[in-house]
Amino acid sequence: MLKDEDRIFQNLYNDYGAELDSAKKRGDWLETIEIFNKGRNWIIEEIKTSQLRGRGGAGFPTGLKWSFAPKEVGLKPHYLVINADESEPGTCKDRDILRFEPHKLIEGCLIASYAVNAHTCYIYIRGEYFKEGQKLQKAIDEAYSNGLIGKNASSTGWDFDIFIHYGAGAYICGEETALLESLEGNKGQPRLKPPFPALIGLYGCPTIINNVETIAVVPTILRRGGKWFSSLGREKNTGTKIFCISGNVNNPCNVEEEMGVPLKDLIEKHAGGVVGGWDNLKAVIPGGSSMPLLPKDVCDTIKMDFDACVENKTGLGTAGIVVINKDQDIIKCMARIARFYKHESCGQCTPCREGSGWMWRMLERMAKGEATRDEVDMLMDVTKQIEGHTICAFGEGSSWPVQGLIRNFKDEILERNKYDPLIQRKKEVPYLVDQHILEKENA
Amino acid sequence: MSLKKVSKNQPDNFEFDSKNLKEAEKIITNYPKGKQKSAVMALLYIAQKQNNNWIPLSAMKYIAKMLDMPYIKVYEVATFYSMYNLTPVGDYFFQVCTTTPCMIRGAYKLVDVCKKKISENESEISKNGKSSWMEVECLGACVNSPMVQINDDYFEDLDEEKFTKIIDQIDKNQRPKPGSYRGRLSSEPENIRKTLLSNKHA
Repeated sequence: MLKDEDRIFQNLYNDYGAELDSAKKRGDWLETIEIFNKGRNWIIEEIKTSQLRGRGGAGFPTGLKWSFAPKEVGLKPHYLVINADESEPGTCKDRDILRFEPHKLIEGCLIASYAVNAHTCYIYIRGEYFKEGQKLQKAIDEAYSNGLIGKNASSTGWDFDIFIHYGAGAYICGEETALLESLEGNKGQPRLKPPFPALIGLYGCPTIINNVETIAVVPTILRRGGKWFSSLGREKNTGTKIFCISGNVNNPCNVEEEMGVPLKDLIEKHAGGVVGGWDNLKAVIPGGSSMPLLPKDVCDTIKMDFDACVENKTGLGTAGIVVINKDQDIIKCMARIARFYKHESCGQCTPCREGSGWMWRMLERMAKGEATRDEVDMLMDVTKQIEGHTICAFGEGSSWPVQGLIRNFKDEILERNKYDPLIQRKKEVPYLVDQHILEKENA
Repeated sequence: MSLKKVSKNQPDNFEFDSKNLKEAEKIITNYPKGKQKSAVMALLYIAQKQNNNWIPLSAMKYIAKMLDMPYIKVYEVATFYSMYNLTPVGDYFFQVCTTTPCMIRGAYKLVDVCKKKISENESEISKNGKSSWMEVECLGACVNSPMVQINDDYFEDLDEEKFTKIIDQIDKNQRPKPGSYRGRLSSEPENIRKTLLSNKHA
């Protein structure tokens, strides 16, 4: 288990309060100017050394992302945008950072904005987190009045402003280009990439977009050194991560742990075990609803980091772990996730807009046992038609959980759905039969 | 993409009151010059707050004029996002999260309570004219599931009994306390906490 002093978010459970005074006691805003004095390149190199990967789901190396921003500011200003549109089912880590560790985030914003040459930062918070947004706003006001941000922020000579922008309940706005569209005052439909936002982003200006957790760990990494961060976990999967363990566990919780911690440890040690014991475990969704689920035998051994999850045909995603035990109907659980995606599809690309509804309806029928045997393969085919045929990754996000279900629980679906194809059983129903065949028979 | 119904009864006029106008003008300055369009989402929120938690068409026209953008663009935004109500809702607007993490911890029992105590159907104002309810997608408090959002507040770690009590309190004009209903401070594991033990509450 990770040592307590290596945990970055000391106030994850709000033991101390989120105010500036207590944040300072925990080491936030301590000589921020020293980090500035070491220069832009040092910051980016140190983040590269730490091998920090984005915590928002895709796991893109943060240092590399920052280095994509143009080195010199041209005619257009640069922007930093923080993605706090946390809507992935099973994930609630950013909420605790916004509520209890806002100063880590604000300081991270200041440092990151310096690293990418931005003077303005927008924090895009999902609209439902209104109270959390207010708490963050309070922390921002505190930081302004103490001269930590604003003109000549923390006496570094760098001018820096932060603004909060509330979303309004659209999951798709967590996708970075949809987020930019939303920030510009349009409906949140993703843009085609390339051009990537690092060159043409918000208002057509170079923009770096990072997740809340990614930015909030930056000040600690720079203070304790990239080497320290990379000594945790393993190569390319370094550092600590907040895991959210929800579902059928005795004590659902958020916990910060080292990358590569065994899934079984997380569930048994921190979350009080599966309801009904470990043997009652049916499946686990390891990284928020878009990642394919894992059957029990994989859960016994898997270590939670980016690469280990990919080896097991799933992904770490946002590390929102949803535990499903044998008391639940797994097909129904997945049908509900499919309904979520049907509801949240932005409607821009046809395969996703139509396909997400198809998947939902087929799964609902399969949960009731009303589907035919052939339809299981047909459903798999539908998911393949969506995956990779959309502008953004929503297509993958909606089809992977269904693929995971079919891959691991096909027998269960087939057992429940024993119908022969309707067309064979009910020959007399004219509209179900190809009219040509009918005409031939009558002739 | 959620289905949106625009109310048939629309007020003729809408204008921000002086306090909200000031707030709106302040928000517009958050964005660069000429990019005032970015403020449309925030302004729609203000309009919604001023107008009993729903947005009439006249408010969209007013905002369009204020931000110098076509009315249809404002309409587009208002219909795209699920948090803008285009028809009247109750003073107490219950949003029950029923996505899988909440579902497997019994969110549909809360839906049943809503059906019994508030109204038979979703988005229907209750008989006492006070509340309405709606099933929504993940509200991002999965560790504290099942949960309900009432206006801006999260009510977490609920069950049927506790939720019924909350509705009763609201019916009696009391203000139920938001937060966890199992006595948790936040998202810590109850009773078995193994991390950050040197901290105060552990």
